[in-house]
Amino acid sequence: MSTRTTATRRLAVATAAALVLGLGVTACGSDGGKSTGSASGASASSGTSDGGVPKATGDITVFAAASLKETFTDLGKKFEATNPGTKVKFNFGGSSSLATSINSGAPADVFAAASPATMKTVTDAGGANGEPKTFVRNTLTIAVPKGNPKHIAGLKDLTGSGVKVALCAKEVPCGAAAQTALKAAGLDLTPVTLEQDVKGALTKVELGEVDASLVYRTDVRSDAAKIDGVDFPEADKAVNDYPIAALAKAPNKDGAAAFVAYVRSPEAAQVLTAAGFQTP
Amino acid sequence: MNTPMDTPNTASTSGAGTALDARLRVDRPAFSLDLTLAAAPGEVIALLGPNGAGKSTALRALAGLLPLTGGHLRLDDRLLEDPDQRLHTPAEERPVGVVFQDYLLFPHLSALDNVAFGPRCQGLPKRAARAEAATWLERMGLADHASVRPGRLSGGQAQRVALARALAVRPRLLLLDEPLAALDARTRLDVRAQLRRHLTEFEAVAVLVTHDPLDAMVLADRLVVIEDGHEVQSGSPAEVARRPRTDYIARLVGLNLYQGRAEGTRVVLPDGLAIATVEELSGPAFVAFPPSAVTLYRERPQSSARNLWQAEVTGLDLHGDRVRAELAGDLPMAADLTPAAVAELGLAPGAAVWASVKATQTHAYPA
Amino acid sequence: MRNRTTGRDRRGTNGGSAPALPRRRQGAHRIPVTLLLPALLGLAFLILPLVGLLVRAPWSGLSEQLTSTAVWDALRLSLISATAATAVSLVLGVPLAWLLARTELPGRRVVRALVTLPLVLPPVVGGVALLLVLGRRGIVGSWLDSAFGITLPFTTTGVVIAEAFVAMPFLVISVEGALRAADPRYEEAAATLGASRLTAFRRVTLPMIAPGIAAGAVLAWARALGEFGATITFAGNFPGRTQTMPLAVYLAMESDPQAAIALSLVLLVVSVAVLVGLRDRWMSTP
Repeated sequence: MSTRTTATRRLAVATAAALVLGLGVTACGSDGGKSTGSASGASASSGTSDGGVPKATGDITVFAAASLKETFTDLGKKFEATNPGTKVKFNFGGSSSLATSINSGAPADVFAAASPATMKTVTDAGGANGEPKTFVRNTLTIAVPKGNPKHIAGLKDLTGSGVKVALCAKEVPCGAAAQTALKAAGLDLTPVTLEQDVKGALTKVELGEVDASLVYRTDVRSDAAKIDGVDFPEADKAVNDYPIAALAKAPNKDGAAAFVAYVRSPEAAQVLTAAGFQTP
Repeated sequence: MNTPMDTPNTASTSGAGTALDARLRVDRPAFSLDLTLAAAPGEVIALLGPNGAGKSTALRALAGLLPLTGGHLRLDDRLLEDPDQRLHTPAEERPVGVVFQDYLLFPHLSALDNVAFGPRCQGLPKRAARAEAATWLERMGLADHASVRPGRLSGGQAQRVALARALAVRPRLLLLDEPLAALDARTRLDVRAQLRRHLTEFEAVAVLVTHDPLDAMVLADRLVVIEDGHEVQSGSPAEVARRPRTDYIARLVGLNLYQGRAEGTRVVLPDGLAIATVEELSGPAFVAFPPSAVTLYRERPQSSARNLWQAEVTGLDLHGDRVRAELAGDLPMAADLTPAAVAELGLAPGAAVWASVKATQTHAYPA
Repeated sequence: MRNRTTGRDRRGTNGGSAPALPRRRQGAHRIPVTLLLPALLGLAFLILPLVGLLVRAPWSGLSEQLTSTAVWDALRLSLISATAATAVSLVLGVPLAWLLARTELPGRRVVRALVTLPLVLPPVVGGVALLLVLGRRGIVGSWLDSAFGITLPFTTTGVVIAEAFVAMPFLVISVEGALRAADPRYEEAAATLGASRLTAFRRVTLPMIAPGIAAGAVLAWARALGEFGATITFAGNFPGRTQTMPLAVYLAMESDPQAAIALSLVLLVVSVAVLVGLRDRWMSTP
């Protein structure tokens, strides 16, 4: 009887934990749908102001890769502070689904993607206003549970027989980068799972289902309480560029240009590097 | 007329020949059943009573589908249930067969497999069980319908399949719940006659539940009339019909019934009214006479009849080729007339009449 | 004198379950517009997205997509695991439905609510919950691992478990409904014929509610076939082992939407074929 009650209680705790965790997981993937168009038709003075940067007002809608959520939210606030009268609205999500939305006519002003390939689907469709610019780079690291119980020191340790590894699927940027790094290291690694996104790979480490996974440094940084990162030299061979572009059909063209310029400014670079990104 | 329900001491079939010996007590918040039943092998008992009297409860208790809260149930000297000893033999372990009111034939099985179901549950191999079932169907005159699903059987055929299914387990107690209620008037006659034949052949005890007195009288050796969960009268059909002891039974068998005190050849009712009879009695007594014994007049007749009362017509109903008149007055009663007489007398509800009954047509008996 | 309208005069020979009733052809009644219009709208709402898939399908590249072994691996795995999950749901779900419908289980309302919980739980959360219980560090999983060396995540068995978790409620609800519609007195009749409760259930109740079970199994199978969230969370994604069609479709969407549409079409065609085939075999015979 008493064992049963404790079992039930533990199950209840587990379920509660699952809910909390699970909500975290879903929130990362389902932030979409907030594509409110920037209703400001006031594209302000068509002329350019002193610094050659157009003066921004009104709403600016930014579609950005999920891995940029923390930094861009921060940058948005700072941008609003230095540009009174602007309001930056974000739609974070998987780069590919964001690209699909943009190509389907979603009213976005700026697109920041996690890979040149996804950005290319937008530029190929004539969706970008000018050439996309790489504003940060992200490199891979090995995510291990806090304290690194399996003593992983480098990529080679992941090929050991007793080590379960999660990688991203090669269709998504973190997976493609992982393949490149492994190839550069000349390693043949059979993971137990190919996750649909980097958060999935990270969750598996967090829950202890795998011993390690290859994720971005920024992801490890944002989950530092439960995850440790182990850097490895081959990561330099698989640098992931994040391109940003103002969009051709942007409802707020001046705002778009201003925000892109801000993201590429030294001030923004500080915020981004603090989060683990490298600047080009 | 209300009659007190002092249960008569019918020291019914007891002793060596008793196959069924039961005291069924079921207590529920709004209802309680307390019924003693005893029967000899081969005897057919009909439980007769109005809806809600507890007939079906008694049947379910006998079948083991409803646990007793008190009393006991013994069949062929085997104690099947005794709450005091925490003994309850589940339905599947009782040598009991049940014919349910709407038969409850398994819709997904053929008639043959329905009948073979019981023997198979008793451990017979499939082939043997089907052979057994086939003989039962043949006995019921249904050999041609063995492969038919219940949905395609007529009401009468379904009833016979249900009977065959219940008999195929070779029960020591056969229970029939309103066996003819689901049938239309025409098939009812046929099926009743057949059922009577099968019940006569049946060597163990059969208990049937019905609210139809005709079914009860044709099929049963003994009637047990229950009202409100208690026996109010029991006896042979003829006894019960001739000497009803409650209003309900009297109405069932079509008699006007009154209770009073006999003083020689008359029975004085509690309100002082007297009914002349031919039987010499004294003490508490019933008087009964059939509605057909009542003669109606619009004017006071110049007759010698000692039983003459004023009354008012409160209702007229056609029953077959007779008209049943309900009369209110000092002595409420039912009277049967021909339609011609109704027309001749110009009867309508509200009409004032004189009613007379010949003493020779009354029947008085001790209460 | 004789009162033949007993009020309890139910003719039960057709059985309690509705599908056992003889089929009647609907007369040429006029269909009210207030019903017809929303009905057609609903139909269009359900069908049009599928039409969209068909219209935009890369028909020319389809054959190329279909020659890839990865597609067939995923399809095979999907069919096998959905069928296995349905089997698991049947074995565990039908008795559970019986328990809910036919016994005075204490706290039955709560139990029923718990049974339906996976229906409202986002599948990803379901997957995480499964990990917490059956995962390597899970309450049961850690014991399975240490005692038997069994790990469920990242295995085909894990796929089956995830799919069964999400699909079983559909089966339980539909079988429980069928059981409630079925007249319990048939079980009593079987008992008076000497059948134990188990025999009565097996030989009487089960055949009588077969249409309800079949409907529930089809629902569960369809749900399992389309399962994504719980599967990828609990069982991960690895071609040939845990990558089912929905996972393959999702990942194809990341890099090659055209391929994703092609894969979806394959899944669609196969499931329609299976469902139509089953309906003819199971649902039409009374």
